[in-house]
Amino acid sequence: METIIEVRDLTAGYGETVILEGLNFDVMRGEVFVILGGSGCGKSTVLKHMIGLHPPLAGHVLIEGRDISTAEGSDRVAILQRIGVAYQSGALFGSMTLRQNIRLPLEEYTQLSDEAMDLIAWMKLKLVGLEDFTHYLPNAISGGMQKRAAIARAMALDPVVVFLDEPSAGLDPITSAELDALILRLKETMGMTFVIVTHELPSIYAIADRVIMLDKETKGIIAEGNPAELRDHSDVPFVRQFFHREAEVA
Amino acid sequence: MTEATEKAAEINIEQDGSRVVISGRLDAEGAARIWQRAIKESKEKPTVDVSEVTYVDAAGIALLFELEKTKDAKIEGLDPEFERLLQPYADDKLPDLNPPQRERVSVPVDVGRVGAALFGDLREQMVFTGQLAVVLAKTLVQPQKIRWGEMWLTVEKAGVNALVIVGMIGFLTGMIMAFQSTAPLRQFGVDIFVVNLVALAMLRELGGIMTAIVLAGRSGSAFAAEIGTMKVNEELDALDTMGLDPVRFLVVPKVIAGIIVTPLLTIYANLVGIGGGLMVVMLFGHPWAAVYNQLVGAVSISDVMAGIIKAFFFGVLVSGIGCLRGLQTKSGASAVGDSTTRAVVSGIFLIILVDAIFAVVFYAVGF
Repeated sequence: METIIEVRDLTAGYGETVILEGLNFDVMRGEVFVILGGSGCGKSTVLKHMIGLHPPLAGHVLIEGRDISTAEGSDRVAILQRIGVAYQSGALFGSMTLRQNIRLPLEEYTQLSDEAMDLIAWMKLKLVGLEDFTHYLPNAISGGMQKRAAIARAMALDPVVVFLDEPSAGLDPITSAELDALILRLKETMGMTFVIVTHELPSIYAIADRVIMLDKETKGIIAEGNPAELRDHSDVPFVRQFFHREAEVA
Repeated sequence: MTEATEKAAEINIEQDGSRVVISGRLDAEGAARIWQRAIKESKEKPTVDVSEVTYVDAAGIALLFELEKTKDAKIEGLDPEFERLLQPYADDKLPDLNPPQRERVSVPVDVGRVGAALFGDLREQMVFTGQLAVVLAKTLVQPQKIRWGEMWLTVEKAGVNALVIVGMIGFLTGMIMAFQSTAPLRQFGVDIFVVNLVALAMLRELGGIMTAIVLAGRSGSAFAAEIGTMKVNEELDALDTMGLDPVRFLVVPKVIAGIIVTPLLTIYANLVGIGGGLMVVMLFGHPWAAVYNQLVGAVSISDVMAGIIKAFFFGVLVSGIGCLRGLQTKSGASAVGDSTTRAVVSGIFLIILVDAIFAVVFYAVGF
């Protein structure tokens, strides 16, 4: 399988605060890769370094061989056009309809006609099951629908990888399962690659091809592999605790 | 072949439009180049040969989808890797992409709606005033219920931190009035009366109005934004479910702070403004003793009190309307911005309205 993202010797944190250090992992094309760990272990911080939102304290994140952590100006924009991000809250622009939200990156980065952009926006919404809501404003649809629309917007420029931050957070089990099914369908039909930050175990078992587990005590990766295998065979106490949902024994 | 070395999409229209041959990279750039020709120059039911296409993304798929649905085109030679991208739309018709028509409203209906909204807003203002009066009366009986820490913090933000801007505006206004009025009065040899003009204008009108407008812009908008953000974040609902009245909890400290700082800032603006005016008069050659005597002779205690009494009401208005607009905030990203705008506009309008009422009342009672 082809490597899409290479994370090398990454030190994650802010200012003087080091949260994680020496992270090394790869994300392969077409896989659902999950970053998990306990609360406050730095999952979202790693995600922010991977999408170029905050530069890492040290190390590199290579997307298709190009370093997003050091890229600037047009080089950075070129890399950002190859990734899509759906934030935890959806982060849809509230004053724009769903169609306008998805059209926005197309308007900025392509020369397509209005009709073509409208059609592409409709097709992206169709992929996430929202083709009948193209003219709705975000606040007129449910939280689960907003997350699906955010995924559609993240896919607007046909990125090589889509990052999802806590996609199931705040959703009921049925909506959460529907979102998992959508991610799998996009992976199967469109060959999409996903990097997902979550700690929702049912979602992890349902969609993850591979996971890494971050640990704030050791400031590194304490487990890597298939989630079911880690659950059944890991000899790291915290990993077993996590997958078996056991409270820490004093 | 890399993205850079692949050639962009090209189109050949063959057999008088019955056959369309597309080659190269059918991405957003390529699709944009050939879209118009593909749709306009192809006949009905053309054969579209895409066997030489090296890459297809969503834009390319959208073009093939439109050819299929509008021209009933037969797509030939599409790589199975890209075929699956078209698969989800196999059973769809070309959607109607026109936005739904907005309801057309006749002018009388529109005017009626605006009028109803204005009356509704007026009603809300009256209800809020009543609520505020009741809660203020209750907290006067039980002063321990007032959040004094919050109140003094607001006094600092709205009052102490406004000293520089209020002082600057007051001083410059006094100077400008003096400069503008000196020349015409000098023609009649009565330019010493500039002192009367500046002192009375500042004390009775401008000191209070300017201070209140600055407060509406600085603090009224800040109150609306703060409370509006709390409403959007459901913090007001949280207060409500804890059994805490948002008016007592949030509005009362701000209104009391407004009542305290507005008269004090007005006195300060009056002093600085008159100082600026007197400085100009002295620059034009009048000695301090003459200027001082003119000032003492021109100003009475009622002139001083008129501005301060109005400032008291301006304080209630500016802080109250700021809080009300915050409480009225609707949902959505632009709602807080709308509330702050309404707080400033309503605040300034009410300041002028109340000032006009006072002008009539003071004239009638000879104050």
